[in-house]
Amino acid sequence: MSTIVKEKDIVIPGDVLAEGMDYLPGDNTYRRGEKIYAKVLGLVSLPGRVIKITPLSGPYVPKVGDKIIGRVTDIAFSGWRVDLETAYQAMLNVKDATSRYIKKEEDLSKIINIDEYIIAQIINVTSQNLIDLSLREPGLQKISGGRIIKINSQKVPRVIGKQGSMITLIKEKTGCEITVGQNGLVWLRGSSDGELLAEQAIKRIEQKSHQDGLTEKMQRYLEGHTQ
Amino acid sequence: MVYKKRLDGRSIEELRPMDAKAGVIPNANGSASFKIGKTWAIAAVYGPREMYPKFLQNPKHGVLRCHYNMMPFSGSGERIRPGNNRRSQEIAMVMTKALEPVVDLSAFPNAVVDIFVELPQTDAGTRCAAISAASIALADAGIPMLDMVSSVAVGQVDGTVVADLMYDEEAYEGVVSDIPVAMTHNGKEITLLQMDGEISKADLLKALELAKGATEKVYQLQVKALKEKFTLE
Amino acid sequence: MIHNKDTILDLAAQQKRIDGRALEEYRQPIKIETGISWTAEGSARVQIGDTVVMAGVKLSQDKPYNDTPDEGGIMVNAELLPLSSPEYESGPPGPKAIELARVVDRGIREAKAIDLKKLKKLCLTPEKAWFVIIDIITINDAGNLFDVAGLAALAALRSARFPTVNLETGAIDYKHKTSTPLPLLKEPLPVTVYVLNDALLVDPNADEESAYDARLTVASDADGTISALQKGGEFPLSIEQISAILDLALEKGSFLRKELNKAVP
Repeated sequence: MSTIVKEKDIVIPGDVLAEGMDYLPGDNTYRRGEKIYAKVLGLVSLPGRVIKITPLSGPYVPKVGDKIIGRVTDIAFSGWRVDLETAYQAMLNVKDATSRYIKKEEDLSKIINIDEYIIAQIINVTSQNLIDLSLREPGLQKISGGRIIKINSQKVPRVIGKQGSMITLIKEKTGCEITVGQNGLVWLRGSSDGELLAEQAIKRIEQKSHQDGLTEKMQRYLEGHTQ
Repeated sequence: MVYKKRLDGRSIEELRPMDAKAGVIPNANGSASFKIGKTWAIAAVYGPREMYPKFLQNPKHGVLRCHYNMMPFSGSGERIRPGNNRRSQEIAMVMTKALEPVVDLSAFPNAVVDIFVELPQTDAGTRCAAISAASIALADAGIPMLDMVSSVAVGQVDGTVVADLMYDEEAYEGVVSDIPVAMTHNGKEITLLQMDGEISKADLLKALELAKGATEKVYQLQVKALKEKFTLE
Repeated sequence: MIHNKDTILDLAAQQKRIDGRALEEYRQPIKIETGISWTAEGSARVQIGDTVVMAGVKLSQDKPYNDTPDEGGIMVNAELLPLSSPEYESGPPGPKAIELARVVDRGIREAKAIDLKKLKKLCLTPEKAWFVIIDIITINDAGNLFDVAGLAALAALRSARFPTVNLETGAIDYKHKTSTPLPLLKEPLPVTVYVLNDALLVDPNADEESAYDARLTVASDADGTISALQKGGEFPLSIEQISAILDLALEKGSFLRKELNKAVP
């Protein structure tokens, strides 16, 4: 009739989280008989009567509305094929790429070429995880210069921080523009020293993501490197 | 002659010294090293990723695909020619079957999760070490799983039921049986069961009972390896 | 997956690197362990940065080749395991694995690193000689496989000991090693210098390795003798560039040799 784990405990698949019917199985958990079990490696989260697990690793699951970063891998009649470094291909249709009218015979590679990166938004995900993208929102664009780094997509919320506090801190201390894609690709652009420091800071957050007081730690880290 | 005292002095239910570590291959989505005695398995998980060749895709759920390979210098005799052989293909198949019951890939239609296991050195029990390493690597990769799978061989050496046979015991004169077993932790359900040799029904059931305790010891080490990775960082 | 090629080339033009290292700086940690596989006659695991390679030496007895009746032989094989990178697939070695094996092989063979005549003399079965097979196995490919593989091969050779042989039957007992090491005459180590936008650098990470214009692998001995060369990449090299590359390669060769001597005395 109780929980066996507490908030922020690290659990592994198959760990018993609670017994009895007082709790409800939330994300990444399952019930069998009287017990609720963990289904992934992660941290326990107990908001009220629902038990959830926040994964510490694992694949990106595409969701409508997510802002992602991807690389154009091919050009088709109707638009661009984009690699999000997941198991699934994404398409950017011509009509979702720009509000401008694009003539039928226009060379699409002049607009976005193969191997170029874009910041885009997911506008549709099918049951088979096929993904449609759009560039028709402010801030969505083809990117150039700077560097792309990859982190585990499950660590993205920590890199962004509460109300964007962490990413704002890194931007301020390194002078970089930073865009974090929900799929785990991050784009940085600034001075070469600034980019390097921002990359090291983000990798550090990825590694220490489950620790308490991370914002304060990162503040000290960044100040120590910018004096 | 009854086999009373084991060749290396272990008690009958005692496993060889073990060591496990999660996250040993930075390029992989999840990975693990698992040592038991002088047998060493390294596992890497890649995926979910696009499945090639495409005709192997399953539109209903992701596919788990295991690969097992002994390094050319990992056998106790002459060098092993590199490449797939019938033995490694069969072991890859039984590994897949041992892990499939706990892995939930329903969220990843058409995709594949590849597990590669390599053995730098061996002294019996390689498929069990491979499965134990793979289970840690899958959890490390954040793959949804209902439970962990732990694996170890049990068997009977000249009338005595023992856990974790080493090569010299498998080769012992007299009646010997080698029974690789994999079990889930919560239900103690058997997901791998093979046997070479001869054994009575009574001894077989006794061996499987012994496997419960033996796999539990493997499980405790798997938990430790995973928790260490995420607490030390 | 290739990231940041343009940025890497821009930085190289300013004599800078994407991870903040100096051009001639190897990654850390550099770790060399031997005796990692009891089933091999010699074995090593070498790590530079995130790149990890294992090497194993197996010894066997066979008939000498017809054209060299009084010599044993060596063979080098390399496997780029799909375990070590998402880019690699299962199957027989491709061109990249074959080049890696050949470069390491040439460094050892052409330097006459192993005394092949001694491999014949040390074999007491009259019609046979010892053969040395080195297997190079990638565990995590994060760039610069040539140097890491060369170091691993040499560490494994240094640590190798002959197995015992039953004098009556001629059978090899692989479970019991003697204290006899391999007859090593020289110990060549490869260093690969990469040319990026006219900058010369060593020990590229995976992203840098996908951005280079040309590379030259230089295997050199403790006294600075060059024993093998391999040029790669699409861009040609001038003689002046080659001269500068050789200076850097010889300097870094002795740096890596110190690391090896510390780990495997």
